[in-house]
Formats: sequence, structure tokens, C-alpha cells
Amino acid sequence: MAEVSQESQGKKGKKKGAKKVSTRIDFTPMVDLGFLLITFFMLTTTMIKPQTMEIAMPSKEKVADEEQTKVKSSRAVTIILGKDNKVFYYEGTRENDIDPKVEVTDFSAKGIREFLIRKNYDVMVKVEELKKEKAVKEMAEEEFQKRKNELMGDKKAPIVIIKATNEASYKNLIDVLDEMAICNIGRYAIVDITEYDLELIGPFSI
Amino acid sequence: MAKVKLPRKSTAIDMTAMCDVAFLLLTFFMLTSNFTQKEPVIVATPSSISEIKIPERNIMTVLVDRSGKVFFGIDGQDKRIELLQKMGEAYSIQFSDQELKEFSVINRFGVPIQQMKAFLALESEERDLQENAIGIPSDSTDNQFKNWVRFSRIVNPQIRIAIKADQATAYPIIKNVMNTMQDLNENRYNLITSLEQDPEKLTF
Repeated sequence: MAEVSQESQGKKGKKKGAKKVSTRIDFTPMVDLGFLLITFFMLTTTMIKPQTMEIAMPSKEKVADEEQTKVKSSRAVTIILGKDNKVFYYEGTRENDIDPKVEVTDFSAKGIREFLIRKNYDVMVKVEELKKEKAVKEMAEEEFQKRKNELMGDKKAPIVIIKATNEASYKNLIDVLDEMAICNIGRYAIVDITEYDLELIGPFSI
Repeated sequence: MAKVKLPRKSTAIDMTAMCDVAFLLLTFFMLTSNFTQKEPVIVATPSSISEIKIPERNIMTVLVDRSGKVFFGIDGQDKRIELLQKMGEAYSIQFSDQELKEFSVINRFGVPIQQMKAFLALESEERDLQENAIGIPSDSTDNQFKNWVRFSRIVNPQIRIAIKADQATAYPIIKNVMNTMQDLNENRYNLITSLEQDPEKLTF
């Protein structure tokens, strides 16, 4: 300890010779210094590492037509990101000269998410069961991911095609990718928007 | 009135314990800290529920601000030197040892290669000024950004691409950046986001 008790002083009266200097040191400035440095380190550090979202874009190399996977019309869901955080979606493609019905919604929980959950209901339920199983059986994270991916690769699950207009913002893109993760959509792709899609959402932009 | 006699007590407190605590905390913060990296522009990243942490090494950061300016940076000082040498060769600009050394400590930069010499001659405080945040040309006429990415891959084959963009950035700008990468066959990126609560309680 920094304080050294000096009991011997009082008992035998004053001793001749060197004056006894107290060994007590005032620690207050040192504490000040300590806290100053703590403050500095607290303010300059980043405790939380930024999160990332991993995304794989299709390669630009030309794929032969036969090899190209054709999205089955019944599984296809197209999401178009419009301006002012609007989202348009439609199911299927143009068939027999009948345009698919386009709906407009937003990024709230009741918006596009509700639609995606409805479309992907079977997978959602299975993943939910898997989560419960994981909690009960203490499943390893790797196994959980593997089984989840299996479930998400379901043959009947919807395939989402994301198309962004030039008015969409980066936040919209991230939001929609987020919805894919929340709704356990296994297969989705970001694709350039076509004239046809712009025509489809045309009536809504006015 | 009778005075209540209070025994005089010393107000001096033993600071030793407090000092111990302070330095304990200090040690903790010193050991766990990695410094906030200075960035030429302030970027508000969008939030997502993704919880994957960004790796610390072998990372190339592409910073895009809301007006579409592109900034670039890789980690590793020796890698940075190599990268600038390669870029210099490609644009036939000779960089001196001093300039290479200066470049190796810059985290992110956003100047065209033609202005790199002038930029490196500046003091480090001046580099952070707004007028020096020009952005790397990334349009089709002079796509220097593409070369930066290409040479980064050559310099460090294990490098991963992290894109950090402002949430208000228009989509065409992001598309341009991604298209540039796809041209180089770089198809996997990490999009940097901030954390958002996973809406676990979903109503079916």
C-alpha cells in the first residue's frame, strides 16, 4: 500500500536526526490522468465491428442458352424498387398476352415482408421448426446452417428477382436484401430493369 | 443551544484504490482497442439484420458517398506500396520512395491518379479537407477505379471486397460500381451495414 503507517513516531518521543518525511503520496492527479486516458481510448476505439452482408453477383461471362436456368413462371416473383421507397411486385411473367398484376407496397413489416412470408410460408414454417429443434437439442451452428440451406433450396420455394429503377437508393437495395434474409428466401438475384417492367409500373408513378 | 460536537474527520480519501481501478480499465481499453479509421467522407450505412462480422485482414474497402464519389483503400502497408507502384506503371507516373512511404499510411483516398503526386505532397491534415475528397474516376471514359481493383487483386490474391455506401446513394451509382467489379470477374462482395434488430417475433 502507498500509505505506510508510522506508529513508531509517537511512542518514544522525538528522535534526533533526520526528519521523517511522510511517504504518503497524493494519488489524485494520477487518478485524473488515468481517467483522462480511459476517456481517450473509449472515444477512439470501435468496440463494435461493422456488420456485413455477403452477396454474390452473377458472373458476366456468357452462359450458353441451354445452360441458363429458366425461372419457372409459377415460382417467379419480381420485386421492383421504385422511387420514394416504393416497392412494386408481381408474380409470374407475361403469359398469353396478359400482363401480371402489379401491386404497390412499402418496406414496412406489413408491406413486402407479409407478401414474401405468404409466398414462402412452407419454408418459413420448416425453418421455424428447425430453430426450435436447435434450441432444444443444442445443435451446432454449422449443422443448423446446412439444414437451413437445404430447406431454403426447396423446389417449390419462390425465386425472387430484384430489379431496381434508377430512382431507387442504396438503402432500398439493402432493405430488400434484408427481407430476403428475414423471409428465408433461398434463391434471389439482382437483375437490370427492363423496359417492360418500367411500363408495368408506369401507371403507379403518376 | 448546545453545540453538537462533531469529531473532526479528515476529508482526504485514499486514492490508491481508485487509481488501481482507473488503470485496470485503461489497460483493458488499450488492449481491446482498434482505432477508428479516419474516412474522407462521412457515410451513414444502411442497417440490416446480418450479423456477419467483417474480417480484419485482406480487405479492400470501397467507400461511396451520397453524391457518388468513390474512395478506395486496402490494408497492409507493403501491399499499398506495391499497389501504387503498379498503378504508377500503368499510368506512367514515377513515384519516389518518399511518396510511396506517404501513400502506405493513407487509409482511404479519393483522388485521380494524375493528382496523386500533389495529394501525397500535402500534410496529413490537409488531405482530409473537403476539397481534396474528389473521388476516383469510375465512369466508362476513364475508369481508374477498375484498375485500382484489378491491381489490388494482383497484389493480394486473398483480398475481399467490402463496399461501404451511404444509404442515400442512388442505385445507378452502386450499379456502376458493381458492374465495374463484375467486368473484372469479382462477384463476391461484403456490403457493410450497421446492425438492426432481427424481427424474430413474426406473426404468421
